[in-house]
Amino acid sequence: MSKKQDHIQDIAEIRSMMERSSKFLSLSGLSGVLAGFYALTGVYLAYSLYGFRPTEIITNKQASDFSEVVVIALLVLILAIGTAVIFSYRRATSKGEKIWNSTSRRLLVNVSVPLVAGAGLALVLFSKGFVGLIPSITLLFYGLALFTGGSFTFNEIKFLGVIQILLGLIAAYFVEYALIFWAVGFGFTHIIYGIYIHIRHKQ
Amino acid sequence: MKISFDDLHKAFESRIRLGIMSVLAVNDSMDFNALKEFLDATDGNLATHIKKLEQEGFVESNKSFIDNKPNTRYYMTAEGKDAFHNHLEVLEKIINSQK
Repeated sequence: MSKKQDHIQDIAEIRSMMERSSKFLSLSGLSGVLAGFYALTGVYLAYSLYGFRPTEIITNKQASDFSEVVVIALLVLILAIGTAVIFSYRRATSKGEKIWNSTSRRLLVNVSVPLVAGAGLALVLFSKGFVGLIPSITLLFYGLALFTGGSFTFNEIKFLGVIQILLGLIAAYFVEYALIFWAVGFGFTHIIYGIYIHIRHKQ
Repeated sequence: MKISFDDLHKAFESRIRLGIMSVLAVNDSMDFNALKEFLDATDGNLATHIKKLEQEGFVESNKSFIDNKPNTRYYMTAEGKDAFHNHLEVLEKIINSQK
């Protein structure tokens, strides 16, 4: 039956080649967990140190009153992306793959389009004083980015995107609790999901 | 229905050729270097196998220049797609019939 073994081996190889050439599979779950912790720390700092607690869509405060919050948000973003790149790099090299290939390029392009659109809108709204909408907008566009990106990496990322979109919509309706949904979306969901991805795709 | 190994296309006997077809089945197109990386093949080896698939009419290429370096992108023809799917079906039938 060696012939049959050969054919089964053929099919296994076809499947693996299809997946490896179309999806970026070196994404690290642990970097998601860390990103969640950065986000929670960021939300906590914004809330306790700088009194960032929007209760209405339009704030009568000046946007510049919250400039520290923008700095915190950017720091969290840079830390999270940096961690993701380093962890993915380590995973890719340990599997003997390059991190910068056609799959990672495609993932990056598809994720960055909704992300840049959302970041732009968030900054515009912020400068016009619609501070209460920032958590919702960032969650929504991040969710869209994940949903699109899910096609180019682990499928489960799509579901994470849907969760973020739902949280974003709820945060838009209950503006007074937006900060909590922000912490849940970028913080707790990342931690839980990161652990799940880590266990599921260990090898 | 009797399935024989003769139904399996000769072009797909090699693992590398099967790999090339698998990659091109899920990607619109792929350049030579990326293919080489995925398949872990040498330049000469990969070129020979691609040539064979081109002769069969399963794969076609687009040549262009990126930063003055020649860049060849390969894609699957409709004929190649049919042949590949047919091959997968035959493989599946053979495996099922021997259960």
